[in-house]
Amino acid sequence: MTTTPVSSRVHGPILFLAAVFLVVVMPALNCYGLIADFTLNLWGKYLCYGIMAVAIDLLWGYTGLLCLGQALFFSLGGYMMGMHLMLMIGKLGQYKSDLPDFMVFLGHSQLPGFWQPFYSFPFTLAMVFLVPGLLALVFGFLAFRSRIKGVYFSILTQALTYGAALLFFRNDLLVGGNNGFTDFRTLLGSDLRIATTQRWLYIATALLLVAVVAGCKWLTKSRFGLIQRAIRDSENRVLFSGYATANFKLFIFVASAMIAAAAGALYVPQVGIINPSEMTPEKSLEAVVWVALGGRGSLYGPVLGAVSVNALKSWASRAYPDMWLLILGGSFVLVVMFMPKGIIGIPAQIAGLAARLRRRRAEVAPDPAPATQMTDS
Amino acid sequence: MITRTLHTALAAFTLTHAAVLAEDTVKVGVLHSLSGTMAISETSLRDVLLFTFDEINAHGGVLGKKIEPVVVDGASNWPLFAEKAKQLLEQDKVAATFGCWTSVSRKSVLPVFEEKKGLLFYPVQYEGEEMSPNIFYTAEAVNQQATPAVDFMLAEGKKKFYLIGSDYVYPQTTNLILLEYLRHKGVPLKNIGGGFTKDDSGKIISAGKYTPFGHTDYQQIIAEIKQFAASGNACIINTLNGDTNVPFFKEYAAAGLTAETCPVVSFSVSEDEFRGLPASQLVGQLGCWTYFESIKSPANAKFIKDFQGWLAKSDVSGIVKENRVTCSPMVLSYDGVYLWKAAVEKAGSFDVEKVMAALKGGISFNGPGGKVTSQKNHHLTKNVYIGETRANGQFKILKEYKNVVGEPFLKGTYK
Repeated sequence: MTTTPVSSRVHGPILFLAAVFLVVVMPALNCYGLIADFTLNLWGKYLCYGIMAVAIDLLWGYTGLLCLGQALFFSLGGYMMGMHLMLMIGKLGQYKSDLPDFMVFLGHSQLPGFWQPFYSFPFTLAMVFLVPGLLALVFGFLAFRSRIKGVYFSILTQALTYGAALLFFRNDLLVGGNNGFTDFRTLLGSDLRIATTQRWLYIATALLLVAVVAGCKWLTKSRFGLIQRAIRDSENRVLFSGYATANFKLFIFVASAMIAAAAGALYVPQVGIINPSEMTPEKSLEAVVWVALGGRGSLYGPVLGAVSVNALKSWASRAYPDMWLLILGGSFVLVVMFMPKGIIGIPAQIAGLAARLRRRRAEVAPDPAPATQMTDS
Repeated sequence: MITRTLHTALAAFTLTHAAVLAEDTVKVGVLHSLSGTMAISETSLRDVLLFTFDEINAHGGVLGKKIEPVVVDGASNWPLFAEKAKQLLEQDKVAATFGCWTSVSRKSVLPVFEEKKGLLFYPVQYEGEEMSPNIFYTAEAVNQQATPAVDFMLAEGKKKFYLIGSDYVYPQTTNLILLEYLRHKGVPLKNIGGGFTKDDSGKIISAGKYTPFGHTDYQQIIAEIKQFAASGNACIINTLNGDTNVPFFKEYAAAGLTAETCPVVSFSVSEDEFRGLPASQLVGQLGCWTYFESIKSPANAKFIKDFQGWLAKSDVSGIVKENRVTCSPMVLSYDGVYLWKAAVEKAGSFDVEKVMAALKGGISFNGPGGKVTSQKNHHLTKNVYIGETRANGQFKILKEYKNVVGEPFLKGTYK
């Protein structure tokens, strides 16, 4: 549990190749028509989920804080981007008005003050990080100062996201109510409905994923990461050693919220809709499942989990529209039963199995060769 | 020599035959939620669509081609709806798609259909304010449900109207239109209940009482309604969604309100909803749709009989066969498929633009709910019925409005 099963020496080249494949090869293949626009767009979505999964892993796998409200930060990032995109529609909407359609719908004649600055892209970008970051800061400060831990922390985060979803459902909050934001047209002057723009969005997502994984890897390997894991394994000891654990946890919580928010901001223009159902507790739970399936505490595992679960979902809901939930649920059960360390743990599991097999063979055979070299797993 | 020519002829024949086989079908998308919160309503639409395709295929298909349905699950997940729409249009290259229930799912797929030049038939009552070049709305527009219901209530001598709904775009918009309509009919503002929200300039931007999805506590609202209805000439216009109707009607009955003292007309409760809601609590209350299962006509009798027969024989996995009923969204799905078939045949092509042009030219179909005619504005002209709920979850038809023209843009039209 405390040591990562994969040795980065062996996996370094593989990870580098995977990064190159995602960032360069996939878009290039799409350029030459070997990967359909639709498929690349789907992968853009999966990778956004992957980034959110890494954010959860940083919090859960490395610090032991199970946040069941990560979808809230993801959606808030998405909402910030969505507000900018709504204003960029301009007069192309249904009502040929400068106001977003849903406001005309509800009888508003002028843009509310808090919408005004979202015309600016730099402001929007700042808000993508600041709004979820501030929320995490305030919530985390209150929670960690009161020493709220374990399952209580999880329940509180779940309540937070549920409350936020109810709030966003309300039409008088003026962020689109149940329908949320849709029908986006342009981002930074590029038409969102053409393949080239979507390809660039995909590349940006893949780059962010690589950067986030690398950044988190660096952080968790540093002295900071050591304290992080110490908090996970025995917070009281760390506390009595003179560390202000609340501050460490707060930092990680805010960082994780901001990472999720960035993923959400990239998700919205690729998927084309953001609405409050994205911030329900179910969505947060789903994301936790990806992390658990992929293998928590490994950073790569959660990405693997997010991509494979969502790819399975896309495929099965098309191939077996009335069976796909069973397929998905069944695969979850199988993984939990037979792969306690998730997908990322499979190589180590196979190695362990092989070692056991060899050991047994060594016991059966009269050969006195010692089994010392197999114990290094 | 002879054998060689024979061989070539044979080869040529097999080739053309294979080509004919490949060309023999046309793919059509079915995009509904088969899982998640909307599955209970939307699965019925999938069932009726599959039935319709089988019925058409048994009679030779469309332009000589058999319909090959591509069923996908939107899973009550709105981004997934957009993903599935892309898949249907880009990978399966469907000629038309039948689907969506909630407005948010339609809003989610609309940009996809416009971008990929697809064709979507949308079958469920909605708020209007939309006319995409790539969507045909067989759905009831507000003036095919809400305003006729108000007309009926006015004719019954009702003077006061209480507006209540779930807080989302369909009730909000419907009630704003109703507010204009009621005032246009001479109902004073003080006789419209539920409250108003005004903007800074004093303009009303929201009318009526709204509760969130899944709300259960209606005690206070019912107390307010009871006071409002004390004069004896009030009624309630109900746009509450799904399950919230149960606590609402329970509290309503507990407060001593009845269909005689203060009737409720609901726009989201059809025969199919009574598979999940207790009809006994709604006896005597009114509904308004463009189809009721209780319509007495040869077309409706045949539709119900054939659908039940199809259900009994169906081998679709997980299909519910017991206690099945028919309702307006189902019939509007059915009508949509036949209108599409007629439009394709009129256009002589599956090309979306040509089919849409044919639809806009006006095509009629004698459906189970009576004659429907497609209009230039992507909506239908159809009959509107007011019905009274009976204990068995069916409606007794009280009034019929013939050939009501569907009109999506109503705000500001009643002055």
